Amino acid sequence: MSGAAAPPAIEVRDLRRVFRVRQGLFAPPREVVAVDGVSFRVPAGSVLGVVGESGCGKSTLARLILGLLPPSAGEVLVEGRRLAEMDRRARARLIQPVFQDPFASLNPRRRVRDIVAMPLVAQGDMPRAEIERRVAEVLERVGLSREQGDRFPAQLSGGQRQRVAIARALVLRPRVVVCDEPTSALDVSVQAQILNLLAELRRDLGLTYLFISHNLAVVEHVATEVAVMYLGRIVERAEAEALFAAPRHPYTRALLASVLTPEPGLGVPDVGLGDVMPDPANIPPGCRFHPRCPLAFARCPAEAPVPVATAAGIVECHLENTAAARAAA
Amino acid sequence: MSALLEVAGLHVRFGEVAAVRGASLVVARGETHCLVGESGCGKSVTALAVMGLLARGARRAAERLAFAGQDLRDLSDRAMSRLRGDRMAMIFQEPMTSLNPSYTIGSQMTEVLRRHRPGATRAQAVDRAVELLGRVGITAPGMRLGQYPHQLSGGLRQRVMIAMALMCEPELLIADEPTTALDVTVQAQILRLLAGLQRDLGLAILLITHDLGIVARVAHRVSVMYAGEVVESAPTAALFAAPRHPYTRGLLSCVPVPGKVRRDQPLGSIPGVVPRIPPGFAGCAFRDRCAHARAECSGDVPRRAAGPEHEFLCTLAPDWARAEPVAA
Ligand SMILES: Nc1ncnc2c1ncn2[C@@H]1O[C@H](COP(=O)(O)OP(=O)(O)O)[C@@H](O)[C@H]1O
Ligand SMILES: Nc1ncnc2c1ncn2[C@@H]1O[C@H](COP(=O)(O)OP(=O)(O)O)[C@@H](O)[C@H]1O
Ligand SMILES: [Mg+2]
Ligand SMILES: [Mg+2]
Repeated sequence: MSGAAAPPAIEVRDLRRVFRVRQGLFAPPREVVAVDGVSFRVPAGSVLGVVGESGCGKSTLARLILGLLPPSAGEVLVEGRRLAEMDRRARARLIQPVFQDPFASLNPRRRVRDIVAMPLVAQGDMPRAEIERRVAEVLERVGLSREQGDRFPAQLSGGQRQRVAIARALVLRPRVVVCDEPTSALDVSVQAQILNLLAELRRDLGLTYLFISHNLAVVEHVATEVAVMYLGRIVERAEAEALFAAPRHPYTRALLASVLTPEPGLGVPDVGLGDVMPDPANIPPGCRFHPRCPLAFARCPAEAPVPVATAAGIVECHLENTAAARAAA
Repeated sequence: MSALLEVAGLHVRFGEVAAVRGASLVVARGETHCLVGESGCGKSVTALAVMGLLARGARRAAERLAFAGQDLRDLSDRAMSRLRGDRMAMIFQEPMTSLNPSYTIGSQMTEVLRRHRPGATRAQAVDRAVELLGRVGITAPGMRLGQYPHQLSGGLRQRVMIAMALMCEPELLIADEPTTALDVTVQAQILRLLAGLQRDLGLAILLITHDLGIVARVAHRVSVMYAGEVVESAPTAALFAAPRHPYTRGLLSCVPVPGKVRRDQPLGSIPGVVPRIPPGFAGCAFRDRCAHARAECSGDVPRRAAGPEHEFLCTLAPDWARAEPVAA
């Protein structure tokens, strides 16, 4: 990218985050490497879908990008700026979160209207009438009625609460929104409504999303690019259509195989991942996926694979290295 | 097919909420019956009504409620609790609702057997627990017996719940959204496990879910529930080949299918939310959300036959959908 071009909406360089956790009073602390050497760029106006199982570091990555958590190493730039160097109010105008459980993140004692107004009020310099106008506008935008604006979160359905969280995230007209499993707690029918809403908002408002899910099928509709995360690393990243048409990493294929499409007669597939669960406090040597990989061979436990560039992105797998070597020979 | 669980004309009311309104379904021995619908449609209340576990204040009435031919309607609480955990068992979305955090896995599993089989020795109960933990795919089962629920991952806890439910060799397992809170990878493993158990043990399963993707892969028969009513029921192949109720079709269009997504077009969805239905409500409860709603829909809604064992509750004619494929 040339120096004159606009900076990417999100840029992450060699990001790493380690947590020290104590299992007992006298046990020595263990290191949990939640995010381990992650780099990517998200161009303005596009959507990076981040997919992986629980515990692979998705939420930690989200919190690092939102500036809610300092990295152990590496850096995060949002529209070319270091969040650590910005004050909270400027940061809030730039980047906003939408979390999985709107119930936990919405104050139960406040009316919807006041919850959505909070970020504007916190800016400290907006006239009351302007705040009311902006709140009314954004509530309508996300499909909530005036009357729903007067209710409390407990009086709304799960999907309506997620609309409130989206309205609150958008009221400052941020450039970037980080959505951490925004539909994982919802029914499929409501999930579809929310995915459609997010896609429409991005198109109309020119937003950039980082969109996290544990289900590959869910990101397909919104993502322009997809990153597959495993134990803190991105093991495959590709332009969305290419990833769904030709997944390369064995883990990406397993994730895709676990999506149960409504096709009777196929049964539930054996996704081939075995029973060993990944543990970020105990990352296997070599390729960290090898204990669960149906295609692992001698090199996998011995040596960590390096990312290999593909036509549509990168893959971190020894099979790719061998394929590339074979092609070069 | 031989009926194990028969429910007909089931009604459950909580004060001014009619949660279940005349639901009927039959679970045959050795088959998986899926009860599918959005949150708030009355799936859990139906299951709890069968198990005799409804909250205080609930009013239950049924034309028929029978397990293995035995009428459950006027069974005493004691007789009902003898059946529960023995011949019929239930698992929930959140395993911690039925696991006690302050007891080990082993003591909770053996307790189930000893409650229902007073003659069983402690050693027999431990052996059975170890055997079942192994059967549900838990490694080092002997070691797990001494662990507490919080020491296990969500997927392992659900496996423990399944093992515990199987302690007394039940004929019927009711599983209420057992994989909704899990990763898709773990979900696939748990559903494979349930399918294997049902094949090997001849277990009948009533599986509750909101996801028609799951239904297609595991069910023999399906009942689609909306606002307390079973609005469509059919053998699985028939339901997916020709879904008739607009609600069933709406639910189907919401399931994201990799490779079939058009990025420039919205996903199929059902507008609005599941309504709360007061007692005495008349007409089709789906009509406010239905693209095909018309004047008749506020009157009596006929139950129509769409094929062998395939019924739906709608004013539309059985062949209405022929011209309209389900939106992808
Ligand atoms: N504040 C924290 N303290 C200690 N460990 C943490 C903390 N936050 C996350 N972790 C650990 O980091 C790993 C990644 O967690 P997370 O980012 O939440 O994953 P995901 O969102 O993919 O489920 C997990 O092992 C988790 O237990
Ligand atoms: N203990 C209860 N008291 C009052 N209403 C209840 C109770 N349990 C369930 N309901 C109501 O009954 C309806 C059906 O609930 P439920 O069976 O839990 O739905 P589902 O399992 O399909 O999501 C809902 O409107 C719910 O609010
Ligand atoms: Mg998370
Ligand atoms: Mg329920």
